[in-house]
Amino acid sequence: MMKELFPMKQVMGFIFSLVLTAVALMVYFFDMSFAIGMTILLVTAFIQAGLQLVLFMHAGESEDKNAIYITIYYGVLIAIFTILGSLLTMVWTYQFQ
Amino acid sequence: MEFFERFAIPHPSPAIYASMVAIAVVSIAIVVGLTYFKKWGYLWREWLTTVDHKRLGIMYIIAAILMLFRGGADAIMMRAQLSAPENKLLDAQHYNEIFTTHGVVMILFMAMPFIIGFMNFVVPLQIGARDVAFPRLNALSFWLFFAGAMLFNISFVVGGSPDAGWTSYFPLADNEFSTSVGTNYYMIAIQIAGLGTLATGINFLTTILKMRAPGMTLMKMPMFTWSALITNVIIVFAFPVLTVALAMGTLDRLFGTHFFASTNGGMDMLWANLFWVWGHPEVYILILPAFGIYSEVISTFARRNLYGYKSMVASMVIISLLSFVVWVHHFFTMGQGAFVNSIFSITTMAIAVPTGVKIFNWLLTLYKGKIVMTTPMLYSMLFIPLFTLGGVTGVMLGMSAADYQYHNTMFLVAHFHMVIIPGVVFAMLAALYYYWPKMFGFMLNDRLGKIGAWIIAIGTLVAFMPMFISGLDGQARRMYTYSEASGFGIWNMISMVGALMLAAGFALIVYNIYYSFRHAPRDIGSDPWDARTLEWATHTPIPEYNFATMPKIDTYETFWDSKKKGTTLFPDKIEKIHMPNNSGIPFIMGIIFFLWGFSFVFAMWIPLIICTLGIFACMAYQSFENDHGRYISIEEIEETEKELGGKR
Repeated sequence: MMKELFPMKQVMGFIFSLVLTAVALMVYFFDMSFAIGMTILLVTAFIQAGLQLVLFMHAGESEDKNAIYITIYYGVLIAIFTILGSLLTMVWTYQFQ
Repeated sequence: MEFFERFAIPHPSPAIYASMVAIAVVSIAIVVGLTYFKKWGYLWREWLTTVDHKRLGIMYIIAAILMLFRGGADAIMMRAQLSAPENKLLDAQHYNEIFTTHGVVMILFMAMPFIIGFMNFVVPLQIGARDVAFPRLNALSFWLFFAGAMLFNISFVVGGSPDAGWTSYFPLADNEFSTSVGTNYYMIAIQIAGLGTLATGINFLTTILKMRAPGMTLMKMPMFTWSALITNVIIVFAFPVLTVALAMGTLDRLFGTHFFASTNGGMDMLWANLFWVWGHPEVYILILPAFGIYSEVISTFARRNLYGYKSMVASMVIISLLSFVVWVHHFFTMGQGAFVNSIFSITTMAIAVPTGVKIFNWLLTLYKGKIVMTTPMLYSMLFIPLFTLGGVTGVMLGMSAADYQYHNTMFLVAHFHMVIIPGVVFAMLAALYYYWPKMFGFMLNDRLGKIGAWIIAIGTLVAFMPMFISGLDGQARRMYTYSEASGFGIWNMISMVGALMLAAGFALIVYNIYYSFRHAPRDIGSDPWDARTLEWATHTPIPEYNFATMPKIDTYETFWDSKKKGTTLFPDKIEKIHMPNNSGIPFIMGIIFFLWGFSFVFAMWIPLIICTLGIFACMAYQSFENDHGRYISIEEIEETEKELGGKR
């Protein structure tokens, strides 16, 4: 009975998000190269955002979960296109020419 | 006096002083007229405070037509200046101001409100809803658009017009080269109007996803509603980019940052990049609703259901994705190299495929149809060949290697006018004729309409085909004059004739409205075109609640089935209807935003802070206002329905 009432998923999620925050903080406290630091920050940030969205903002628990996920995928796709395209056009093309 | 010097025009001319006088006279005439005929109360109650999607739609369309004439006057001035070599009608500075204004007005303050106006009027009716999801936000969208448009329009008499082109590329648009407040107007007026558009996007997305009549699944929506849905998805994803770019531009001009400067770590190319990340999806924001209108018109007047419904929807979804991955083709010559250009060349050409699917679907809808050639249908038929001319030259421009020849010439100008006029303007005129009886209860004269359509179509060809030739010969765009030895004179003179034909065509439309208002019969019923979609199932004039009872949808064309097979469209009994109350807040916020923008343009910080507080005060008032709307009683509905000819 207690097991069913206890929000196991949410608690684990909370702990996990604290761990992610701690990992991100390492970039500040330890000496590492810009590339490694940035990689850690980006990876932890995106996992964190996904975690918050699914566990604590309850995406996927209502009946319009398809609409929610399609919108998110569409938005992420367009963001990736725009950012990679801009980098390609404005920065990378001059580095590798 | 020193304070007022900032409002002086840096580069005056007799024409501008004449415009000042004309603006003052017209404004006084409007105020005096409204007072004399005691119409202030009517105006406030029925229009300024309305949240009704039908009235907002009509106001958008009126604003769009006004802006069409403003932009058209600019176009005539430009063509007149270019009609002969070394002409002295306008000087370089005025020419720059005029082509900038023409571009911004026609795209953002003519085409956008035109399509949003029809979306407002048609979409809730087509899906069987009583209003949009957020009626008050809808009114706010309109008043923000209107505030932005008016702010932009006064620039040429107060402080000076923007003169850096409608693309406003940096570093030209930066303080160093654009010293007047003109470009501030550009940044801030478009920002205000853009906020309104973004709110419209969210509003209609919610409306279409959440407020469809019972039984209307996504795949049973009329094609115009589908196009509106896709358009609003693009709006929601594209307009934030413009918001950010304009904010960065404003910071550069007014607060000394260096985002787009060519010094201190700024990157001027980033403006072009961000502008077109928004700008290319914007092209599809304009053209997709136009395609939706053509789908409705062609299917109605071919007396057939639309061929290839699913492929129409699929092609629009694909266009909406592809529209976000082609923006670099607007600046192939900026120097990003062959590899990057090739990528965007290929994505650009890929868009021709779903567009081609749509063209063939329309042709196959016509095939074996019983075609009725009314004015809206004539516009749709003229659209197909003319738009194809524009589209094919677009593929030529899309080839990045060849683009180095066409870039920045009149060839490009001819291309995008041949796409936008037959694509968007013809669609809006077709929609104006098609929905006029639903809006105003009488039809526009068909004969005058058709003469106008032919004049406009031939005028378009005469005005823009010569530009293809002079452009290939090397005439650059945005140059205020050219030498006689260049040989461009004859082509530009032909263009001038075409421009005058277009002016005559639009004047004929205005005359048609006047003529039909005087002479057209009023007893046309609610479905004069024998149309197929739900907006024709309600009465004319449309009662404020649209439908007395909810329609029940089971096929793609339930209204057509109810006419031909006698199925019941409205099975329910009348119940009381919940409607939103009118509100003055959106209009007041529009005025405050106008003053806010004006203070911002001239960097008057104290009025700016006061206006900002006013905006937040309005929002706070709105948040704490307890307004649950009102109910229309059953008796009142029954009486209205009886007056309009019985419940459906």
